[in-house]
Amino acid sequence: MTKTVSDVICPFCGTLCDDLEVVVSDDGKTIVDVYNACAIGAAKFMHAQAKDRVKRPRMQQADGSYKEVSYDEAVEYTAQMFAKAKKPLMYGWSSTSCEAQSVGHEIAEKAGAIVDNTATVCHGTTLIAVQDVGIPSCTLGEVKNRADRIVFWGCNPTHAHPRHQSRYSIFPRGFFMNKGHKSRKVVVVDPRVTDTAKMADIHFQVEQGRDYELLSALRVAVRNEKLPDVVAGIPKEKIYEAAEILKSGRFGIIFFGMGVTQTLSKNHNIDEAIMLTKDLNEFTKFSIMAMRGHYNVTGSGQVLGWQFGYPFCVDLSRGFARYNPGETTSNDLLRRGEVDAVFVLGSDPGAHFPISSVKKISQLPSVCVDPHITPTSEVSKLHVPVAFVGVEVGGNCYRMDNVPIDARKVVDPPEGVLTDHEFLTRVNKRLGELMGAA
Amino acid sequence: METVTVTMKTQPVLFLEADNISPDAFAGKTAADIASLHAYEGREQTTLGKYFDVSGDAGATAADTRIVVKGDVSRVKYIGMKMSAGEVVIEKDADMYVGAWMQGGKLIAKGSVDAFAGIGMKGGELLIEGNAGNYLGAAYRGDWRGMQGGLIRVKGNAGSDIAYFMNGGTIIVEGDVDVHVATHAEGGRVIIKGNAKSKVGGQMVEGEIVVFGGIDVMMPGFKFVKDEELEIDGTTAKFSLFHGDLGERHPKRKGQIVYGKLYQKI
Amino acid sequence: MTTEYIIKNGFVFDPVQGIKGDKADVAVKDGKIVKSTEVSSKAKVIDAAGKTVMAGAVEIHAHIAGPKVNEGRNYRPEDKLFTYTPKKKGSRMAGGFSIPTTFKTGYEYAKMGYTTCMEAAMPPLFARHVHEEIKDTPIIDEGAYPVFGNNWFVMEYLKNGEIENAAAYVAWLLNSTKGYAVKVVNPGGTEAWGWGLNCLTVNDPVPYFDITPAEIMTGLMKTNEYLGLPHSMHVHQNSLGNPGNYTVTLDSLKLAEGIKAKNTFGRETVLHSTHIQFHSYGGDNWGNFESKSKEVMDYVNRQKNITVDTGCVTLDETTTMTADGPFEHHLTELNHLKWANVDVELETAAGIVPYVYSPDIKVCEIQWAIGLEIALMTKDPMRTFITTDHPNAGPFIRYPRIFSWLMSAEARRDRIESFKHSAKMVEATHLAGMDREISLYELAQMTRAGPAKSLGLASVYGGLAPGMDADVAVYNFNPEKSYKPAEIEKAFSAAAFVMKTGTPVVIDGEIVSNGNKRTIWVNAKVNENPQVMRDIKEKFLKYYSVTQGNYDVTKHFLSGNPRVIEVDATT
Ligand code: SF4
Ligand SMILES: [Zn+2]
Repeated sequence: MTKTVSDVICPFCGTLCDDLEVVVSDDGKTIVDVYNACAIGAAKFMHAQAKDRVKRPRMQQADGSYKEVSYDEAVEYTAQMFAKAKKPLMYGWSSTSCEAQSVGHEIAEKAGAIVDNTATVCHGTTLIAVQDVGIPSCTLGEVKNRADRIVFWGCNPTHAHPRHQSRYSIFPRGFFMNKGHKSRKVVVVDPRVTDTAKMADIHFQVEQGRDYELLSALRVAVRNEKLPDVVAGIPKEKIYEAAEILKSGRFGIIFFGMGVTQTLSKNHNIDEAIMLTKDLNEFTKFSIMAMRGHYNVTGSGQVLGWQFGYPFCVDLSRGFARYNPGETTSNDLLRRGEVDAVFVLGSDPGAHFPISSVKKISQLPSVCVDPHITPTSEVSKLHVPVAFVGVEVGGNCYRMDNVPIDARKVVDPPEGVLTDHEFLTRVNKRLGELMGAA
Repeated sequence: METVTVTMKTQPVLFLEADNISPDAFAGKTAADIASLHAYEGREQTTLGKYFDVSGDAGATAADTRIVVKGDVSRVKYIGMKMSAGEVVIEKDADMYVGAWMQGGKLIAKGSVDAFAGIGMKGGELLIEGNAGNYLGAAYRGDWRGMQGGLIRVKGNAGSDIAYFMNGGTIIVEGDVDVHVATHAEGGRVIIKGNAKSKVGGQMVEGEIVVFGGIDVMMPGFKFVKDEELEIDGTTAKFSLFHGDLGERHPKRKGQIVYGKLYQKI
Repeated sequence: MTTEYIIKNGFVFDPVQGIKGDKADVAVKDGKIVKSTEVSSKAKVIDAAGKTVMAGAVEIHAHIAGPKVNEGRNYRPEDKLFTYTPKKKGSRMAGGFSIPTTFKTGYEYAKMGYTTCMEAAMPPLFARHVHEEIKDTPIIDEGAYPVFGNNWFVMEYLKNGEIENAAAYVAWLLNSTKGYAVKVVNPGGTEAWGWGLNCLTVNDPVPYFDITPAEIMTGLMKTNEYLGLPHSMHVHQNSLGNPGNYTVTLDSLKLAEGIKAKNTFGRETVLHSTHIQFHSYGGDNWGNFESKSKEVMDYVNRQKNITVDTGCVTLDETTTMTADGPFEHHLTELNHLKWANVDVELETAAGIVPYVYSPDIKVCEIQWAIGLEIALMTKDPMRTFITTDHPNAGPFIRYPRIFSWLMSAEARRDRIESFKHSAKMVEATHLAGMDREISLYELAQMTRAGPAKSLGLASVYGGLAPGMDADVAVYNFNPEKSYKPAEIEKAFSAAAFVMKTGTPVVIDGEIVSNGNKRTIWVNAKVNENPQVMRDIKEKFLKYYSVTQGNYDVTKHFLSGNPRVIEVDATT
């Protein structure tokens, strides 16, 4: 006999689908099947079942080999590392629950750490733009119910957020949109002809690195001011035409991704896109939303926000919180040699950071907390395997539109494996003892 | 004016935060007092004296105090932060936040400085004889009130995002600059004697940018108005005037729309 | 652990018992106030001689937890710059000015002697977020008002006059979101904002839904009394912040005529009109903008089933935030500062814009005057409460300054004289001619007993009668001595001693404990209503972007420390 768990949250991408059905064995130990998820989401659940999973912490030896250690030893090493460091970096936090993040922040307060999440290499630039000019946005249900103009800028949801278009943006029938995608016009801006671009009514193949100029030109066109003949490789007639299409909708939305957040102009691209959205609100209703990657990177920004007031790269080293991307961001800290220990949980910088940063991690006292063996665990002094959040342990998460959803536990973790929350709680306690109870 | 000399003797392992190296913090103090002022390395609170030899007593007020910073301070942040008067001379390269939130007095950096020099500046004079990093004379994150007043002069080149959200004052860069100049400016003046790349004056509401050299790619929202002869920082020449950013809102004054002005030397 | 205290010889101000500054002792045992004879000789003595003693204050309307508050924090790093003080042992780091972090929020309220606070607008879809922040806000008891005034279910039921169905839905939602009261913000106007439109009078029809703001407010008042909830309907009316809006305000208030309070909590009112300062404007443009506080307060004083709070402008740089989405858009068009907006499917919206209330701008000076006039014109301090609609008219940390303006005509005069446009301000307002000074007893009514009664919590909060919660504040303020206005501000900014449910949390203005905070919510029971349950199921299947199974916050919420107010509306 099996049983089915419904309303399960997919702990993979920022779409945070919450309608999965997971069939588990009678003893609650194995996942038999996953329904409703896309291929990558389903794979995440199945991956948790891998036979070769590491089940105990491992300490790197002088010769580069690994020795299994107990969780007690792992807690001790981690707490000692924090107690000795002058300025440790605590990075990741995007693939775990808000509850775990919260305990991490208590450690960070004690240790005078810098807490940074994966926004630092994805949508941190978006957060900077929002700080500069705000952001008119909405929840994804609004898009489904009202939006008749959809713009995808520098993102390819067909691959990165596979169920986004069917659940929220292009295809679903909504309250005021009962004809589904027939009532919507889709604009895609991307230098490449992506699968998303193939579905568009208009595709702008913008010149690399000229998104800022194109967005600016759209704002000029919205105001009916004069444009040069060609901007960013697009003839001005097309730009005026697109501006008219955007203005003539009843409710529009721009979704954007790393194709604009991490290319030349970075935060300024988003800034200009937000200002275009704001301008369009003088004519109709328009929103804009970041296609957040990791399933709970948004949650990390929220918890950091209410506890310290900033959404990423928060520097607590002087006993109070400071923030300045370009200085307190992980790669800048590593590049400049500003930190003396690294703790990673809920991300894999070994795979996403520049080689030079990864090298720095390998030279410092370092701990990687991750259910898997990853490029990061391979360069860290200590690897602590933990239960999969969203599969083996629940906890709160925030979708890309900031809607909070509680992830569910569907199966038990392997015998004796701690959750990250439990591990952090023990480190926090031990660190408190070492530092004379802060 | 009394001179205090601080000479780096012990390098920090990480970076040193020395916001207390300013005439305001030194004023009225003896060399010994100054050596015991706080400095921070990560979460460790130590003293300036741990890293610097301090000689000379400060004047009674900030205005009467001159500070000479000697030695390798390339890992020292916040020199001259919030200074309101007096003088600071940094003999070699310094790290971030030189003259940040400066309100008055004079700060001379004889070498180069890293990012965020003169951010949130309200007044005074910041002279950088080497190069400046990114965000020179920019606003702090989220603030729509960037540089309000004062003068920044860079003899070398400057990085990206200079004069971000500038509201007043003057920035002169004698060399080249990287992308994004005076983005969101609503006042003030930026003079670039060398070349600019692209994204010059994007989202500018008001204020002035003068470029002597080339601009790789002009923003689409700048329209040519006329040619004008001007005297800029001692040079008289002919410049083309552009108005922009046309994609941005612009206030009306006396029935006239006010634009950002971009002058490029012909 | 000590559980017995006796706070001795203070000047006690307690409207619940009618004590007006008499020297008295307040005894505490096991978290409750008891008769002095009921504590043993081991009771710890707190010397309050020469000091003012009141119950812990009750905040009826502030935006302190949830998605828009946090967006405000995250998008304003400049609001925190240089505001942090290094953390002390036993407390968490705390920073921010107009939108402080959750830790700072709890600490700052406690320092002023506030022990209960209501988050004024919870978007139901984001309830889990609100509760996460509430959990991280130390010391103060907290509840949150879910917003209903633009909710599709509510509009559909009320359009058809289905009060019983609306009640079943409201009960279901309060339970699902662990909410406290029925909040209405710009009724109908925020739904219209889904299309970039607004409802600026009580009779503007809501696009598509074919109902008016007046019908929504009347219907929700009836629904509220059908259920017999502890608090009345709590409304932010249409046309907030616009010159000439006082007529819309009067139209809205008149809707309460003839509606009777029906509940078991001792509440006599059916409508709470919030931050009424923003709704008491005359003129028809910013040039001839003027105070209509008199017209509004004359009505409020007559109409006994209404309560109001002031929404006093504090003359600071702050961050405005409201579920009135179209208003925030209007504001950003005026001041061009950064605008954040979130439209929430089927339910509501919210906007945020920073704002600088400058003493050099005539309109701000007039707004400042109107807020104070509202308080000074009241004939019933048990129905008029002091707020800043934090952070909209100013940050809550300025309450002590507002108290000094209200308690001292001299303080007001000084302030007016240093305005840039004082002559014009005086002409457009009544304040300069008012010499009333609010007494400490009235202050206790307006910040303690009054709001507690309006909230239906008069049996536990806002007073010092035996049996009530031991929430007590002692201030370094001797009412028998003459004082300068600045001394009022100082005394109320940092209480000498604050106790929360019997635990000392502030001593000499410093936080000494993170307290034992609770979350307050209402569990309203109604008859089974299969139709409403079917409607809910259908809307989740078709129009929401989350499943019904993931909407309820109960599972998440149980880790908190709840104080459940039970309501039985079954028949
Ligand atoms: S779209 Fe994203 S959240 Fe949804 S199932 Fe696929 S990977 Fe999971
Ligand atoms: Zn409010």
